[in-house]
Amino acid sequence: MNALEIKQLTKCYSNGFVAVKGIDLTVKAGDFFALLGANGAGKSTTIGIVASLVNKTSGSVTVFGHDLDKNPEGVKRCIGLVPQEFNFNQFENVFDIVVSQAGYYGIPRKKAIERAEICLKQLEIWDKRNEPSRELSGGMKRRLMIARALVHEPRLLILDEPTAGVDIEIRRSMWAFFKKINAAGTTIILTTHYLEEAESLCRHIAIINKGEVIENTDMKGLLSKSDEEVFVLNLDESVDSIPVISGCSITVVDDTTWQVSVLKKTGIHALFVDLAALGIKVVGIRNESNRLEQLFLKLLANKQEH
Amino acid sequence: MFRKEYLIALQTITYKEIKRFTRIWVQTLLPSIITTTLYFLIFGTLIGSRIGKMKGYDYMDFIVPGLILMAVISNAYSNVVSSFYGSKFQHNIEEMLVAPMPGWVILTGYISGGVMRGLIVGVLVTLVSMFFTDLRIAHPVMMVVVFILTGILFSSAGFINAVYAKSFDDISIVPTFVLTPLIYLGGVFYSIDMLPEFWQNVSLLNPVLYMIDVFRYSILGNSDIPLLYGFSVIALFIISLIVISLRLLSKGIGIRD
Repeated sequence: MNALEIKQLTKCYSNGFVAVKGIDLTVKAGDFFALLGANGAGKSTTIGIVASLVNKTSGSVTVFGHDLDKNPEGVKRCIGLVPQEFNFNQFENVFDIVVSQAGYYGIPRKKAIERAEICLKQLEIWDKRNEPSRELSGGMKRRLMIARALVHEPRLLILDEPTAGVDIEIRRSMWAFFKKINAAGTTIILTTHYLEEAESLCRHIAIINKGEVIENTDMKGLLSKSDEEVFVLNLDESVDSIPVISGCSITVVDDTTWQVSVLKKTGIHALFVDLAALGIKVVGIRNESNRLEQLFLKLLANKQEH
Repeated sequence: MFRKEYLIALQTITYKEIKRFTRIWVQTLLPSIITTTLYFLIFGTLIGSRIGKMKGYDYMDFIVPGLILMAVISNAYSNVVSSFYGSKFQHNIEEMLVAPMPGWVILTGYISGGVMRGLIVGVLVTLVSMFFTDLRIAHPVMMVVVFILTGILFSSAGFINAVYAKSFDDISIVPTFVLTPLIYLGGVFYSIDMLPEFWQNVSLLNPVLYMIDVFRYSILGNSDIPLLYGFSVIALFIISLIVISLRLLSKGIGIRD
């Protein structure tokens, strides 16, 4: 069964702006799915429609077999949403926010309290349970929203930029947590601007641009489309003239640093062989950016050209 | 269709609402008690003793029901309008919109909160009034019923105001320019018999008049308008406002893009 099926989904706002232009999207149950796009591409609108926060103009949405038009409560029961913006009551304490959310889903108070405790402990904010939510740090606020989204044990968790503004240590621990709940059977849809995050977590990916899906494939398939990789080389000393190496393009960053684009078919080994033959010694190497980021920018650029 | 889950969701919203206004009781419960005490002192004790009888009652006794109900009206209204608009402003209304509960559960939850605040303030103001007059309640059950009906009506009105509100200014405009005149012209301080015929007829368009009148009956045992007529008008207003509120919720007006 598919966790999410979107068919010909369109959203036209009252000011005439068309945010989503007839998109089709399918997310399989158990998947970890990345929904990427630039700001204003239509990701959050799409998520808002699925989560019943935005009224769609046309098209259909089905979540685990429940049609949004015919059985909106069935859809809502399956979904846990972590929105992009903090949207809890700043004056309520952490524990009350999570317990109340369980109550809205019809979970009896005793059970809601038990589940809230489990979720807050999992997200490591149990010791902050009696503090007003406004006094939490940015990372803790993000984790509170995740705990709140999980309290009714949803089958589909939608994470809209869940690690925005979070330091790297907390981000890594959140990744580990997402992997764990995904492995336990929860389908996850992730939107993020950290493409490294999508690359390391997700198995399938869709890219939205100006309200249209321009790519929808599995992560491995997409990454295999990349025909080049960019490396930054640190040289032991400056080189007077830039060599011409087949299959490579060299850009000088400074005297001892080069940025080199290497075609996949050429391979990095050939680059090093040629550099060694020219007597150029490389003392350090790193990726300029991750592969997904390069592909993402390339796809958007191609789309704009067309 | 009614489910057990809806009842739990309803209890959750009501509990949250009650907790909200009791947590900030200095802002929510205390002001009405102080204001009404001043009314009792100035209009009742100081000026009222010079006015004499009103429809056969001491002026203080005559104005007590209206002043109590005035507190109920303003508290029921402001509780819902500020709480619901606050939820919109902070976006935590989304917590309810993503949850599997129908609009009527959300509406009933907010109305229950408004009614509870109105009821608590009403009881407190009634107790305060006993320091100023020898209040004998003719029909206590009817008094509670009117408390509740008034709370429902003005909580619903507050809800509609909050749905349309786009700024904090919008939630103070209606209470200042609509609600306060309706209350003051609704017969709190005078009997409509005192008005010229034209203004008597105009006053009959004011829903507050019927509430104050049936409430006055519940306390003093005397009213200007036949009871059945009074209750029918109140019921009509309640049904209309609830239908409008439910319609707004189902369309998502003011709360969904």
